[in-house]
Formats: sequence, structure tokens, C-alpha cells
Amino acid sequence: MALIEKIPASKLIGKFPGGKILLTTSENILKWGRASSLWPMTFGLACCAIEMIAAGASRFDIDRFGAGVFRASPRQCDVMIVAGTICVKMGDCMQRLYAQMPEPKYVMAMGNCAISGGIFYHDTYSVVKGTESLGIPVDVYIPGCPPRPENLFFGLMKLQEKIRKEKNARE
Amino acid sequence: MELMITENNNSIHSEEFYVNMGPQHPSTHGVLYLELKLDGEVVVDCIVHIGYLHRSMEKIAENRTYTQFIPFTDRLDYLASMNNNLGYVLAVEKLLNLEVTERAKYIRVIIAELNRIASHLVAVGTFAQDLGAFATPLFYCFREREKIVELFDELCGNRLTYDYMRIGGVQFDLPQGIDEKIRQVIKYLRSRINDYESLLTYNTIFLIRSKDIGILPKDLALNYSVTGPNLRASGVKYDLRKDEPYLVYDKFQFDIPVGENGDAWDRYRVRMEEMRQSLRIIEQAIAGMPEGDPTAKVGRIHRPAAGEVYAKTENPRGVLGFYIVSDGSPCPYRLKIRAPSFSNLAVLPNLIKGLRVADVVCILGSLDVVMGEIDR
Amino acid sequence: MQENEMLQLLKGRFGQITQEEATKAAVVPKALLLDVADFLKNQELAFDDLHCITAIDRVERIELVYIFYSIEKRHTLTIKVYLAPDDLKIESLAGLWRSADWFEREIYDLFGVYFLNHPDLRRILNPYDWDAHPLRKDFSDPDFIKKPQY
Repeated sequence: MALIEKIPASKLIGKFPGGKILLTTSENILKWGRASSLWPMTFGLACCAIEMIAAGASRFDIDRFGAGVFRASPRQCDVMIVAGTICVKMGDCMQRLYAQMPEPKYVMAMGNCAISGGIFYHDTYSVVKGTESLGIPVDVYIPGCPPRPENLFFGLMKLQEKIRKEKNARE
Repeated sequence: MELMITENNNSIHSEEFYVNMGPQHPSTHGVLYLELKLDGEVVVDCIVHIGYLHRSMEKIAENRTYTQFIPFTDRLDYLASMNNNLGYVLAVEKLLNLEVTERAKYIRVIIAELNRIASHLVAVGTFAQDLGAFATPLFYCFREREKIVELFDELCGNRLTYDYMRIGGVQFDLPQGIDEKIRQVIKYLRSRINDYESLLTYNTIFLIRSKDIGILPKDLALNYSVTGPNLRASGVKYDLRKDEPYLVYDKFQFDIPVGENGDAWDRYRVRMEEMRQSLRIIEQAIAGMPEGDPTAKVGRIHRPAAGEVYAKTENPRGVLGFYIVSDGSPCPYRLKIRAPSFSNLAVLPNLIKGLRVADVVCILGSLDVVMGEIDR
Repeated sequence: MQENEMLQLLKGRFGQITQEEATKAAVVPKALLLDVADFLKNQELAFDDLHCITAIDRVERIELVYIFYSIEKRHTLTIKVYLAPDDLKIESLAGLWRSADWFEREIYDLFGVYFLNHPDLRRILNPYDWDAHPLRKDFSDPDFIKKPQY
């Protein structure tokens, strides 16, 4: 209960009968709110970006999951969907963008290239072999080349489940 | 009411400054870094930095067999995967002196033209989004694109990177009943394209934002080796499907739309008209489709004789060329990809001098570049 | 005009042009490149479009391939220039055709060929502070994982 404990009144509320239930319920409401309104960052690099746009279009609608507001600025978004191949030149831009995102932040690696380099693993001199090699922690991996929009939604729902089941809501 | 600043202009000290329209930007159509030198809101100069998606495909090609390289050509210009596959496969067949069956040629023409329409739909939709019509044309265009992509899904299983062409033909034959579905899609698209013309083309705001913006003169376009709809909008009637016909394009009747001024509005109109001409080609191709085998009986490992070949095709963005050097082994010795967007983008600093930052976004959208093939 | 006729025209005008055995492309000596290019652009052949420049690394030399196209007359020509591996400098054609600008930057980046009198010769696809030329046949790097052949 890391976040709730920061409120000064929480220790006082915890002493009353039923106070702890109130605290955990408000924590659950907070987590539900976070999971249902994830704002992604437009970080489409290559072919997977087109499937991400198609997921946002009218046939597969990402807005019904609450994640339809794609913001361009990293300061305003919650989740970074890394869609496409990461190259050496783009790697430090990506680390800077990740550092600029405010907490709590989540990362989804979409597509084989973002997971491990994909088909560009062998015989390349300029491809970073996956998001994890840059030091950016990934929450959900979505394999596919490119993954269908339905796969992206499955990954998004797994991320929402992960947020709701967190033991301590992140600060 | 006049602004008082204009009278005291000389006494205000101002300098030019650099703004990064950086690799991650909502309207650069991929990872492109433009360093803009601004004087207030007016652009003085622009330096283009590319290479943020350099995936070293030419080095990969030296260690893959000819058939193993076909999925990599999908990822070059990912909006027109079938056309890229076609260009590569035609080059290898020219190297091997391989003849393809008539049925395979007709199937290839139909698929390439359908993909041309899908690619132009994305170009028009994102162009309108960049000009401020934020979601409506984009969602309409993606909805129409879903109809075409569903056909491809039924044909070869993938929605974006198809890997459908093979050396000697195509991978699968057309499934039963697909020509009826294609006819319905053509009928549907024809009425929709007329709708979008009436929605966008003579709209006042669209005209103000794009007419006389980014005029590309004819000799500058030729000097920079610009090809495709950008060249045709500047008044040069050059289309590889008519001038050096490959496959069976010489059997069909279609027109080549040519613009007058070379501004962003002309480039948009050329793309809209090309979509209609592609629908004509598909209709004629389905009507005249012969029976036969879709693939020639060749193996999977090819060992062409030592030699070099250069083959070009007309992609939705321009002329795509493959220069293949072979030394008798199953892998190419050197493979060079001449991407159309590479030369199309080089002309950008000449077009934006004296315009505002918002016009840079408009011109970049009208040039319709895809970073996957620029950086390879 | 056909390619052999154009080759005869060039041989008549400039003596030292030879023809390669395998591909029948014209081989122009390095010193004559600018004169030949000027002739191709401004005289009757009217090549107004430098379509592509590429390079091939045969280990004993590096070959540069220039592909010209004429929109007016609808014909095409391929020219090669051989460079010795210890003398990789050649004149730039960016003054005649602006499309040569980025093509030559790419060849400098990937092969290490230096173009004299180029307006802005920097790397274009790889990071600016890198120092290797990857498409050479003798390129090696610890991060480069080669695909195993089965």
C-alpha cells in the first residue's frame, strides 16, 4: 500500500474498525482508474506502427479500452508502445524519451523486432537486439510480425490485468 | 488594426534559432529528424537527418538465398509490400531468364494495383490529418483499406507484410469466389473515392492550406531524380507502366494523370486520380484472366550465372530498382535497392524556404515518404 | 538509341573507354569521369536524370556503377569506374546532377569512397561518429552475429 500510505491521514483511518477496508478499496479504485485510461505515446517506428494506427481506427477501436488518446509528448502519457525495429541511432533518443515519461509508466514491446531484434537479429550492424538490451524494463511482450490488432488488444488487456493486480500501487 | 510591432521592427533585436522536428514527432511519417532554422515562424533552412531506421538490409542480403530475401523486401516500403516483392522477384527472374505463366502475370497485376490503392488511401488520409482534418478522412481511408486488406488476408494470411510473390510466380492460387469479392470491392471503392473528392478537394481550408505550397519545378524534379506521383504532378508524363511496360500492362487501357503546377494540391489530386485508374486496370484484368498454373516449376535454391542486372518497377511512390550482382552462388554477391523515397526526400530543403512550420508538415505529407525504404 | 550505339559514340569521342566482358557496360577511367558526365548531360544524348549510383566491393578493386536515364529520349546507360583499394578518391557529380548528393554520401558511409568537391560529405545512414565502413567484405564487429548456414 505504498501510495496510500503517503497520505498523512491513512494511519489514523487504519486504526478505526473498517478503516483498512476503506484504504484497500480506495487503492483498488485508483488502480482501476489507471488501468482503464492508459494514454499511449506515438512511438511507431516501422511497419508495426501501421497496425497500431489500424488498431486505433474504426474497425478495431482501441478507444473502447480507454487507450484511444495517443499523445505525442512523453510528458503526458502512461504507456510507451514500442512498435518497430530499434536502431542504434534511435536508441539514445528512446532512452531519453523513457526518462521523460512521468511515473507510473509502463512499456509494451510490440512486434518481434522490439522483443529481440526479430528477423534483423543476424547479419546486422545497426539494430539493437530488443528493448531490454537498452535497459528499458518491459511489462508486456506482444509477438508477431506484425501482430494483428487483436493481438495488440490481448496485450493491452494483459497489461490492464497486471495493473489491477499490483500488490502495491506504483507511486 | 495594425500591429504596432511592425513599425518598430528595426529596433527589435532578433536572431535565427534551431528547432528540432525530431525523430519522434506525430507528423513526420516515421523516424525522420529535421533540423529547422527559423526566423520567427518563417523557415530559413532545413537540414535533413535520416538513418534512424537503418536496418542494414543490403548486408543481410549477402548471406541469404534469393528466396530467403523475399520477406525482407516486404519491410522496405511496408505500405506497398506486394509491389516491393514484385520488383525484387522481377529482377531475379531477369537474372535467371525465367518465364512466368500468363495466369501468374495477371494475378500479379491485380495484386499490385490493389496494393497501390491501399497505399494511396493511407497517403491521402494522413495528408488530410496533417492539414488539420484530424480524424475523419483518416478513419474513412483506413476503413476502405480494411476491405482490401481483408482480401489479402484471405489470400495469403497476413495483413501487412505479405511475402506472396515467389521467383517463378506467386505462392498460392486465388481462392474460389475471390473475383466476385474483388468486383464488389471495386464497386464500393468507386463510390467512396467520389465521396472523398467532394469532401476534400474543393474545400476552402484545404485549398488555402495546400494550393501553391511547395511548388516543385519540373527541371528541379528531374535534376533530383524525383519519380512517381511527385514527378507527374510537376508536369512530366512519365510512368513505367506505359513507357517500359512489364508484366501485362500493355494489354490494358488506362490513363496517366498529370498535374500542372507541382504544388501539394496537385500531388494529392494525382493520387486520387491514380486510384481510379487502378480500379480500371483491375476490372480489365479480372475480365481477361486466363487459366493455368500460378507458379513455374522451379526449386527453392537458385544459382544464377555470374552477372549483373538492374530491374525497375513502378511503386506507388516512384520507381523502385534492384541492382543484383551474382557470382554463381546461392546468395547474391551485392544487392542494391534504389528506393524512390530516398530521392524524393532529398528535394525537401528546396521546397520550404520562406514558408512557415505548418507548411513544412503539409509538404512532407504531400511528398509521401516512407522511412522504411529510405533507410533500408 | 541503343546502348551499343551510345558506346560507339563515347569511344569515338573519348579514346580510353573500354567495355567490360561480362556485362557489356562501359568502363571509364577515373580521370575522365567529369568530362564524360558533362558530355552525357549537355550534348545530344541528353541524360537529365542520374538514376542511381552504387558500389560493388570486389576485393581487388571497388567498382562504382552509375546508371543514367533520359526522360526526353527514353534511353538508359550504365557506366562503371574502377577504383584501386588504396586510392579511393574520385570526383563528385553533385555539381551536375543534384541527385548524386545523397547517393555519394551513402557510398562514403558504407564503403569509404571519398568524393572530392562534394558539397557536404558526411555519413548519412550510420551515426556520425562511427568509424567503420560496413559493406566492405572485410568488415568485422563484435556485435555482428552472422547467421549460421544449416
